[in-house]
Amino acid sequence: MKFSFSILLLIILCSSINFSETIIVSKSGKVKSISAALNLANDGDEILIEEGTYEEGNIIVKKSVKIRGKGFPVIDGKGDGEVFTVLADDVLIEGFIIKNSGISYLEENAGVRLEEVRNCTVTNNRFINNFFAVYLAKTANCLISNNHIEGIKKRETNSGNGIHLWYCKNITVEKNTILNHRDGIYFEFVRHGKIENNFSKGNLRYGLHFMFSDSCEYRKNTFELNGAGVAVMYTKNVLMEENIFKLNWGPASYGILLKEISDSEISNNLFEENSIGIYMEGCSRITIEQNDFVKNGWALKLMANSMGNYFYENNFVANSFDLSTNSRQNFNTFERNYWANYSGYDLDKDGYGDVPFRPVTMFSMMVEDQPTSLILLNSLFIKILDVAESIVPAITPKALTDPKPKMSSYN
Amino acid sequence: MNLMMKVLRYEIHNSIRSKWVILYTFFFFLLGYTLFSLSSDVNKAYISLMNIVLIVIPLVSLIFGAIYLYSSREFIEMMLSQPIDRKSLFTGIYFGTSIPLAAGYLIGIVTPFLIFGKVKEQTEGLMFLVLIGIALTFVFTAISFLITVLQDDKAKGLGLIILIWLIFSVIYDGIMLFVVYYFEEYPLEKVMIALSVINPIDLGRILFLMKFNISALMGYTGAVFQSFFGSTLGVLLSAIGLLLWIAVPLFFSTKIFRKKDF
Repeated sequence: MKFSFSILLLIILCSSINFSETIIVSKSGKVKSISAALNLANDGDEILIEEGTYEEGNIIVKKSVKIRGKGFPVIDGKGDGEVFTVLADDVLIEGFIIKNSGISYLEENAGVRLEEVRNCTVTNNRFINNFFAVYLAKTANCLISNNHIEGIKKRETNSGNGIHLWYCKNITVEKNTILNHRDGIYFEFVRHGKIENNFSKGNLRYGLHFMFSDSCEYRKNTFELNGAGVAVMYTKNVLMEENIFKLNWGPASYGILLKEISDSEISNNLFEENSIGIYMEGCSRITIEQNDFVKNGWALKLMANSMGNYFYENNFVANSFDLSTNSRQNFNTFERNYWANYSGYDLDKDGYGDVPFRPVTMFSMMVEDQPTSLILLNSLFIKILDVAESIVPAITPKALTDPKPKMSSYN
Repeated sequence: MNLMMKVLRYEIHNSIRSKWVILYTFFFFLLGYTLFSLSSDVNKAYISLMNIVLIVIPLVSLIFGAIYLYSSREFIEMMLSQPIDRKSLFTGIYFGTSIPLAAGYLIGIVTPFLIFGKVKEQTEGLMFLVLIGIALTFVFTAISFLITVLQDDKAKGLGLIILIWLIFSVIYDGIMLFVVYYFEEYPLEKVMIALSVINPIDLGRILFLMKFNISALMGYTGAVFQSFFGSTLGVLLSAIGLLLWIAVPLFFSTKIFRKKDF
């Protein structure tokens, strides 16, 4: 009796343990295609793909499997339709070279599409010449990491986005490199995203572009040499820390363009050599602290409909214009910033200048009004006007001052 | 021609001996040296240098030219009592004044670049700085010579010289700004290009802005400027503009000098 009971127990135990199988796909093996392996697999299995080139059209993943490549096998979409379409939860895609998803004006064909799934991971892949590279729709709790994504870079109309998220929650995007797509990273209706350590360069339009994506965090990313820089809109509770925005130089290029952003924090970022460091339109209650603005055309462009923003402890060095605005009033606060153009004194030696600094020069107001007048930049006449204006402000917003300008730069 | 070379050689010796040129050279050297040692960023130092060059060279060339010509009046009278060609004498004095100034500037500005080993890094920028500086020296010495032969009264002449400098470096820009505002409804790009080619100081300043790609900040106007000054036609017209500023004042001053009653 005792013996048979223990056998019974063993049988129950065995059946409850999930024996996950590993299916090996290789050109010379038993299973020759990924689609065949997916047919054979059960939930929880692992599919290991050996080196080689696989051209299978659209691979649809409906089971919760881990798909791993060994030695970077190439999955080629041959310019027609999608490569991987994931429709099941808990899927892992790792270690592939994914190529040539088809350019389409009707469908957003991706290298990897995750559609209405949870807990998926796309990691350590190389995406080459895809229309869209990674596309997430109505998806939650996923990780996109360590991918190298390189696009075609033709025109905006036939280039897709590097990493595209639509209606997603709790997605982590980290350590990816995105080159030559339309938008490097694109978010729409995303909540609680974490975007860290990514490198987005040379994209046709924006390095990062998001709308209606509240409560996301952006840390330690680099955005450089993108067609129009970074543009973010209609969002609140954004945190941007330690990012680098540089070399976004052109007539319509921005370090960041902020439109209708509120209750957010932008701190410890570097803005270098952008034609406009930060452009703010309709923004409120944003804290901009401890950033470095170096060698920009305009460090800040603050439109009159922005209010309640708080700028403190930033460094402004070697910008053609530190701040420009189209308003004669001021509803924002500037405090304890370091302005390289400040020429006041500090008699009480507390490290802050005794005379308030006026970051808006007369010339910047003129340029705002008549862009053509910018050709007078660096002219002696303009310098004389600026000095006169700074003594007796007539055109520049009187209330816009930094009452406690720092004497030496923050490190 | 032979006579002109003789006068030229004498004048160059004379101006070098006068120590003013040495001081001038030393000024640019010191300026470059301090800027390079103070700021780690070459570009920043370069921008400051350019700004100062655009103000100082016209001023010094104008004043130096005038003072020199006024003070060598007796020498000129003495020379003219000899049977010599007035034109050669005048051109000799002109080049004898402008060449030492230009050479002094050249040495003063290039040495700091050499000392800090920035020549390779900034070859194009340095060439640009040198060419603009030398062109401005010749232009403004020619203008100061014209004023000097027109006006015998030293005080009036120097007053005029300062006025001329103010016009070129300050008032002219004021007029440009006025044009921008007054004719804001019209497409002004070509007019602005024309206006900036006419004034040598503005021409220098704008060529320099274009070099740092400030045009990107200007939108459409910037694009028009960039395409003009980037083209062969633009370079040619700028060069012709500068040459005319040397040739025209020199032509008229020589003409007046030849008929002048001393």
